[in-house]
Amino acid sequence: MSKITTKNLNLWYGSFHALKDVNLSFYEKKITAIIGPSGCGKSTLLRVFNRMNDLVEGVKVEGDVLIDNEPICGTGVCDLVKLRKKVGMVFQRPNPFPLSVYENIVFGLRVHDLAVKKDYDKIVYESLNSVLLWDDLKDRLRKSALSLSLEQKQRLCIARTIAVKPDIVLMDEPCSALDPQATARIEELMRELKNSYTIVIVTHNMQQAARVSEDTGFMLLGELIEFARTEDIFTRPQDKRTEDYITGRYG
Amino acid sequence: MGGVKTTTKQKIAFSVLFLCTLIVVLPVLFVLWAILKGGAPAINWQFLSTMPREGMREGGIYPAIIGTIYLVSLSVLFSLPIGLFAAIYLNEYAKDNLLTRLIRLAIVNLSGVSSVVYGLFGLALFVNFLKFGVSILSGALTLAIMNLPVIIIASTEALASVPFSFREVSLSLGASRWQTVRYSVLPNAIPGILTGAILSLARAAGETAPILFTVAAFYLPKLPKSIFDQAMALPYHLYIISTQIPNIKTEVRYGTALVLIGIVFSMNIFAVVIRAKFRKKKKW
Repeated sequence: MSKITTKNLNLWYGSFHALKDVNLSFYEKKITAIIGPSGCGKSTLLRVFNRMNDLVEGVKVEGDVLIDNEPICGTGVCDLVKLRKKVGMVFQRPNPFPLSVYENIVFGLRVHDLAVKKDYDKIVYESLNSVLLWDDLKDRLRKSALSLSLEQKQRLCIARTIAVKPDIVLMDEPCSALDPQATARIEELMRELKNSYTIVIVTHNMQQAARVSEDTGFMLLGELIEFARTEDIFTRPQDKRTEDYITGRYG
Repeated sequence: MGGVKTTTKQKIAFSVLFLCTLIVVLPVLFVLWAILKGGAPAINWQFLSTMPREGMREGGIYPAIIGTIYLVSLSVLFSLPIGLFAAIYLNEYAKDNLLTRLIRLAIVNLSGVSSVVYGLFGLALFVNFLKFGVSILSGALTLAIMNLPVIIIASTEALASVPFSFREVSLSLGASRWQTVRYSVLPNAIPGILTGAILSLARAAGETAPILFTVAAFYLPKLPKSIFDQAMALPYHLYIISTQIPNIKTEVRYGTALVLIGIVFSMNIFAVVIRAKFRKKKKW
């Protein structure tokens, strides 16, 4: 079932046309990867889904974005709080707050008034457990999150995102700050998480897209060139430009 | 570009730089030393805790100390919240357009306006127009207005130094803009804001011109009972006993200066300590 659908999505930063007529569908409880060279608009596309582009001055969006077949209002006013509760995001740099591990995870709960205080401990346990951090951190919940390793920080950021129980998790190059072993373990975690969440990952690492995703979209200069099952994209690309990119002939 | 020549040049450059630093520091040290030497004999419990007598030639400076403390604490009650909220608005909410750029420019300019102008403004607005009279309230408000630009600038800088990613994460978790400011920006900016506020207060404690027309009493050997009373204040008292009272012992003048400098200095030290603590904690 289609979780996110875009119809004729266009986006401008001032006069720069960053997304051109993007039409695609992301499927529920699958991992979809968006690949493409730097500046192709893949991060911009990701940030359309939780309206993070609103922070950029002079941004203009046209076209429709549907989540669960309901428009998230490309241009109009909408309930950003509700949208972002439903669509969580993990960023490129692990970015925990300079608070304790525990406080990082309950931040979203406090903000949304989601749970009563006595349930916090349970949610912290569940969130840390689902990112496989509980055993490492159960004795360090009150320690600063800034003292963790990079990989632990990124896992914590994922735990913080899923603590508010979103439907969709957007990942913006989540492993680019990590070493190969840590990357492999985060990918393993992503495969676990897709049982519960719809995951969209933006990556410039093609092997990563090939390893973790079911569907892959290739973007170039703001256009979605090709969107298909991952194995098809990597073995039988339909478009010459996709083929050039995945075989390293791009640029 | 011979090797010897380069090192010689370097030595000369370092010497010039060091000399300039010395020129900055030496006068300050000399002033401190002179005031300490002249004023230390005057400092005792009686000087700090009794009313002035004999036309201010004898006795203590108690009411002036209390007056200054009242003025500074009341002024911060006005200037810190207003300045902080203005800074939050400018840094977190306001769009970058001509109007806000003009406002920013005006704030920077206001921080450079000489303090006597604030004094006259306070006289016109608070004393005469709003009819608060010559009172602690008028004086504190005048000092608050003088401090506002400094507090706004310091707070804006403190807010701007909080990494953008904190705001991004907070918003992406579904926090509103106010929640983002309240829970993920402000806590990390507080030390910087406090430092700025304390430094501006230290300046307020030492200023004479803004309180000259708005609050300061020439000689008032009793403590103010309400914020609508006049009060003595240290800088003005120092000015009076240095210029208007003939045959006063120099150690009284130096002693008063020493107390004033002591207050300003300890506030500055406090600000430095807060900043140092903050630096140690900051890890992002």
